[in-house]
This record gives sequence, structure tokens and C-alpha cells, in this order.
Amino acid sequence: MYSEKVMEHFRNPRNMGEIQDADGVGTVGNPVCGDMMTIYIKVKDNRIEDIKFKTFGCGAAVATSSMITELAKGKILEEALKITRKDVADALEGLPPVKMHCSNLAADALKAAIEDYYKKQKGKVENQ
Amino acid sequence: MWTPKKVYMDHVAGKPVDPRVMDAMLPFIREFYGNPSSIHSFGHEPRKALDEARAKIAKLINAERAESIIFTSGATESNNMAVKGVAYRNMDKGKHVIASSIEHMSVINPCKHLKTRGFDVTFLLVDKYGLVDLNSLERELREETVLVSIQYANGEIGTVQPVREISQIVHRKNAYLHVDATAANGQVPIDVQKDGIDLLTLSSNDMYGPKGVGALYIRSGVRIEPIIHGGGQERGLRSGTENVPSIVGFGKAAEIALNEMQAESERLSKLRDKLIKGLLESIPYAFLNGHPTNRLPDNAAVRFNFIEGESILLNLDMMGVAASSGSACTTKTLEPSHVLLATGLKHEEAHGSVLFTLGRQNTEDEVDYVVQIMPDIVKRLRAMSPLTPKELQVDV
Repeated sequence: MYSEKVMEHFRNPRNMGEIQDADGVGTVGNPVCGDMMTIYIKVKDNRIEDIKFKTFGCGAAVATSSMITELAKGKILEEALKITRKDVADALEGLPPVKMHCSNLAADALKAAIEDYYKKQKGKVENQ
Repeated sequence: MWTPKKVYMDHVAGKPVDPRVMDAMLPFIREFYGNPSSIHSFGHEPRKALDEARAKIAKLINAERAESIIFTSGATESNNMAVKGVAYRNMDKGKHVIASSIEHMSVINPCKHLKTRGFDVTFLLVDKYGLVDLNSLERELREETVLVSIQYANGEIGTVQPVREISQIVHRKNAYLHVDATAANGQVPIDVQKDGIDLLTLSSNDMYGPKGVGALYIRSGVRIEPIIHGGGQERGLRSGTENVPSIVGFGKAAEIALNEMQAESERLSKLRDKLIKGLLESIPYAFLNGHPTNRLPDNAAVRFNFIEGESILLNLDMMGVAASSGSACTTKTLEPSHVLLATGLKHEEAHGSVLFTLGRQNTEDEVDYVVQIMPDIVKRLRAMSPLTPKELQVDV
């Protein structure tokens, strides 16, 4: 039911893990629904220098997490924010219709991580 | 490590047709194509074969007479017929129906349909093992209760119900007892007379017969009306030209099951116990779903905390192993299995469930193989999961 691209990312997920001193962390979904993912980003000069993910969920949840790390790595934050759920699904050569909504959360998780980064930066400025 | 090409452990989803069953069916596809209702000679062989199949199925469940077996298109139709047919025919007694909360959807949804037609429906709670609470059954039975529907055993968690005790309670209140034996038939001996069963659902494929055929045993004297109307086949209770090749196969499957059930169930129970023990002992935070002893010989239902079932199934599939899961991600409704939730599991626990159902061709080597590969699959997914506690985090 999954595309070969989805299965390839499921078998060999890119950038899986945690960044201990992450500049931004975003978590979306919850275990009750069956899908939950956390994205960690390291930012340098307004650019996503490093990105990692941790995911609880189905094949689509794992593959979209892996794919978003590939799409976002090296991008400036403004551009990374423009990545949509559809971009992720397209890059994976499509997702089964039932998975489009429940498991395609990676773009939301990335947004949450970038927003967390902005919030922390604002906090730093105010503290100075 | 011994590595097989493919290991099929999803017999609850579908079973291979026994070659002996196929051989029995072929003449009724090739040569004896006549209609069993025909008066001419082309109808004779099909009619005879139909009667023989009916007798074999009656014998498997010790029915008082072969005519009590009504052929249907499968367990879903049998369950629909039992629930709706009895309810609609006995409205003069009352409009109350009881079913357990872990019935198959083909019992639960007909009950919900009855609700829309003015019936009162009670879904009985089960304990953490999936056993029906006999006290609450007794409490819920009323003078107006016409039918109680409780499965012989549950296909997802394997728990076998105390059918005889249930029957005594139900009959004290003069209600009918319908038992869905889809998951149990061919695995445990069923005696409708000794067990006190008024209606029994049987499925052909679950006994290694062809798909698309089943039966409803209806004890003589039970008041029921048909749900499929037409030319009056099956004593007017189920119209439509009989599916003769499949019914012949179903009969052969029942005959084989009767002869081989005891030895095969003993063999499967040993494999099941080895599989369950192997998984629970080698993997932390792994638990058994369903009853530890009152369970079907083929059923090894386990759950692994912090990870999700579909991901486990995909990993197993990559290693050649086919199993199923009660996770929401593997269902059409995107809800975790109602059976697992009824036993008190939290959503996130139900999501991590994996169901191995064993069958005739499974070997001890295959069980050992699954026990060997499973710990690494769980480790790999737990390393990926944000829910995994720190002490279980390892590099993979």
C-alpha cells in the first residue's frame, strides 16, 4: 500500500535521533491517536544546520519524519517554514489517502520546532 | 540463524484451502454444474453432495439433525441472520438484545441497527482477559430479552468464553443463545446440544475451506425469520441457489477438522506457548493480550509498549513474517481495536499490539525464527520513539 519511496525511508530513516543542545524542539500528535513526532533543530546564521527526529507511529509517520529532515536541512528558516504537508507527501511519491491526515504531521512538527527557536531567541534578546 | 523465505502467521485473516478440500470441490466446478433444486438428472449429484456436506457439518458440532444447518455466504451473513432474524421474529416476546462488547463487528453492527428500529441493546462488559462477567449477564437479562449473542472465542485475543455456564443463565430467562464460533470452529470441540447453544455461526475458511461460505446452525424449534428472501432454498430461511462447490469444500473441511482437531490443537498450543514465552521473556515491557490459559490454540496476541503496531508489521514483513495488529493505523476506521479497548487497554497500549495466529503449516523452526528476530525489531522502533524511557534507549 506504500510507495517504494516511503518504504525506502521507513527502512533507512535519515537523521533519526535527538539533538541534546537543540536550538528549537517541536512535538506534534499524541500517543492516543497512534502518531507522535518530535523534531530537533540546530540553527546557525538563520539556517537549519542540523535536524533530527524521533517518531512513534506507523510507516507513514516514520517516512514523513525522515523526509522532512532531508527537505529542511540546510534551508534558511523562512524557506523551511514554507514546506507543506503536501510537499512532504509529494516528495515521498504519495501517501495512501487515509494516511494524508493522521500521519502526515512532519511539516507541523518542523513549524513547531522553528517557532520554538524564535521564541527562545526572543527570550534571549529580552534577557540581554 | 535458520531463515525461511516466508512465514505466514496471520491465519485469523485468511487460511489456505486444504488440498484435500480442493480435490473434493473440483468435480463440482468441472462436471456437476447442475442446480441442486432441478428435478432432472443434472441436479442429482449436486443435491446429494449438498446433503452430505450438511451432514458432515452437523456431525462436527453434534447437531441433532442435519436440517438444522443453513448455508450462508459466510460468518458475517450468519451473524446478521441470527441477530436480526431472531429479533424481528420474536418481537411479541420483547425488544431487548444482549451482546458482549468484544463481539465481531458483524454482531455489533446488526445490534446497532436494531437500536434504530426501536430495540433496546445491552453490550456486556468484559474483564481484563476478555471474559464476559456472568453476574452482569444475569443482571441484564429481562423478561423482554429475546437474544443473547456471545462468541465462543475471540479471534483477536484468543479468550474462550464459558459457553455452558452462559447458556444456563440465558435459558433460565427463556432467551435464545447465539454463539459466534468463527474463530473457534475447527480448533476446539463444540457440541451444540451439551453446550446448550440455540444458534451457532460457522465459517468455512476458518477451517481451511474456501472463502465465501459459512453456516448458521439453528436448533429445531427456534423462531427466526429470513433476512434474504427469494426462491425459498434452505427451508425458506436463506434463498439463493446454493454455492455447491464451496459447500462441498466446507463439508470436507469440517470432516478433516473433526478427525484432526485434537492432535493439531495440541501441536498448535505447544507452538503458541513457545512463541508467547519466547517473546515475553526476551523483550522488556511486552505483555500478553487475552486470557493466559483459556485461549485458542492458534492465538499469540502480544503488545509492546512505546511503539506502534503497523511499524512492527512492516518490519516483520521485511523479514518475511506476516502477522496482524489491533493498531488504529491498520484499521479502516482509524480507531484501535474495540476488543483491546474493552479489555481496559489504553489507546497507546492497543496501538502496540501484534497478533500472531498459527496454522497447520507453521513449524517450530518458524516460531524460533520469529522469537529470534522480534527483539531487534522492537529495539529499533523503541530507539526511534519519543515515548521510550531513557533506560531502554540503546544505539541501533
